[in-house]
Amino acid sequence: MNEKFDAVVVGGGPAGATAALLMARAGLSVVLLERGEFPGAKNLFGGVLYRKQIEQYVPDFWKERNAPVERQIVEQRLWMMGKESLVSFSHRNEAYKEPPNCFTGLRVKFDQWYANKAVEAGAIPVFETVALEVIKEGDRVVGVRTDRDDGDLYADVVVIADGVNSLLGKQMGIHREWRPDEVSLAVKEVIQLPKEKIEDRFNVEGDEGVTIEFMGETSLGMAGMGFLYTNQDTLSLGIGVMVNHLRDKRIKPYELLNSLKQHPMIRKLIQGGETKEYSGHLIPEGGFDSIPPLSGNGWVVCGDAAQLVNFVHREGTNLAMASGQFAAEAIIEAKLKGDTSAAALKLYDEKVQGSFIHKDLKKYRGMHAMLKEINPELLFSKLPHAANEAAYQFFLVDGVPKAEKQKTAVRLIKEAAGGSMNLLKLGYKGWRSMNG
Amino acid sequence: MSQTGISDKLFLIRYKCDDKSHLLIKETDNCMKCATKDCNFFCPADVYEWDKKEKITHVAYENCIECGTCRIACPSDNIEWVYPKGGYGITYKLG
Repeated sequence: MNEKFDAVVVGGGPAGATAALLMARAGLSVVLLERGEFPGAKNLFGGVLYRKQIEQYVPDFWKERNAPVERQIVEQRLWMMGKESLVSFSHRNEAYKEPPNCFTGLRVKFDQWYANKAVEAGAIPVFETVALEVIKEGDRVVGVRTDRDDGDLYADVVVIADGVNSLLGKQMGIHREWRPDEVSLAVKEVIQLPKEKIEDRFNVEGDEGVTIEFMGETSLGMAGMGFLYTNQDTLSLGIGVMVNHLRDKRIKPYELLNSLKQHPMIRKLIQGGETKEYSGHLIPEGGFDSIPPLSGNGWVVCGDAAQLVNFVHREGTNLAMASGQFAAEAIIEAKLKGDTSAAALKLYDEKVQGSFIHKDLKKYRGMHAMLKEINPELLFSKLPHAANEAAYQFFLVDGVPKAEKQKTAVRLIKEAAGGSMNLLKLGYKGWRSMNG
Repeated sequence: MSQTGISDKLFLIRYKCDDKSHLLIKETDNCMKCATKDCNFFCPADVYEWDKKEKITHVAYENCIECGTCRIACPSDNIEWVYPKGGYGITYKLG
């Protein structure tokens, strides 16, 4: 298959499929390369899909028969976990239903459905094929070598969308290997539970769903977040922790997940359920300062492969899709001009820089440095513990005057932070890191 | 809800195993010198196990869920990690 195409897209996830879809629609000849049996076969995420992003490419997708979504989210909860308690913040609103804000989803179904849209638009599917390396002529990328016999694919532009473990990106020297403090490992179980039980336990009806994100003692002193999302008749329960912390703590990832399942507030929600799948995946969490150069001579890099994840807001698939879109737009423009050099593909960088991707990741730029600087025990164990203890004391009716309870609550928080000055510094640092 | 061990969990995943490992220990000496044997802990699929008698790290690549943690977290960068051959390795049914 030594043919030449306008573009070869490596990776059939949301970034690659978006790029392939939009280029195919514009009439470009595109190959969509995927190493799994089918797109999505090796993909996994926490489980939230954002309507606004997807409908730009497939309008009203959620109204399709066999729409690749589970439940539309009407309530989002944030839990700060104590050992056997939690302090909760949540928002539920009927307005999230029409139109839906976001959905829960499962990647195997979603990615297959979505990549199929690209194939329907004319992209050529080449699945079960690994891109081993890029083919270069001088300093220009002109194609990819695959693990199939006779598997060289030539193209004007190679779209690198091969995910967090972007061997291609590393091999090309676009970026060095990620450091353990730039990635989280998330492990997840999909737990089957009858619909009625889900509706009762989460107080929803029909297709309504709930997301819960949690931090605190459930990550056993490591920096990390957990999640519990409602699907149609399953729950997605998982937790991600920074890989450097996981290594230091020597806790087996699945034991972390097992311990999470025993937390009283989680246990009661998943009780009686049957685990249908266990999975694990890295999440690129390096943030703004880990984003590599996005384009060069005959190539662009999108999605997780370019560290485009907003871990503060658990957004990733939408950034992946947006980057795939910008890449496609830049390539279409470059093809029209007959110039797919680095200078022409720079348009992709400019589009990303002018978008929410750049703005959001820049806003949280300091977050990564802060997480490195502050002992994870403080943020993910001591403070959540103190908050839970303070709330417990405050609401406990035991004859102690309220003014005294208020003092106790403040004292507990201050002590956990290591004194008033430290608490102030922490607050300031936190504010700065979220508003860079 | 009952707790399941790691082998029960991995049993839920469909694998198509290549007869050749996609995970290689680069230098066996490095494992011998490694004081912490971190890979025995951080792998979500228990792929790595230090064999005290034989003094080598066993690599159960058949269990690999292709997350990439070992490649990044091995303290002596001693694991050669590549994707399994196209179509091989894990296939999730939900994701």
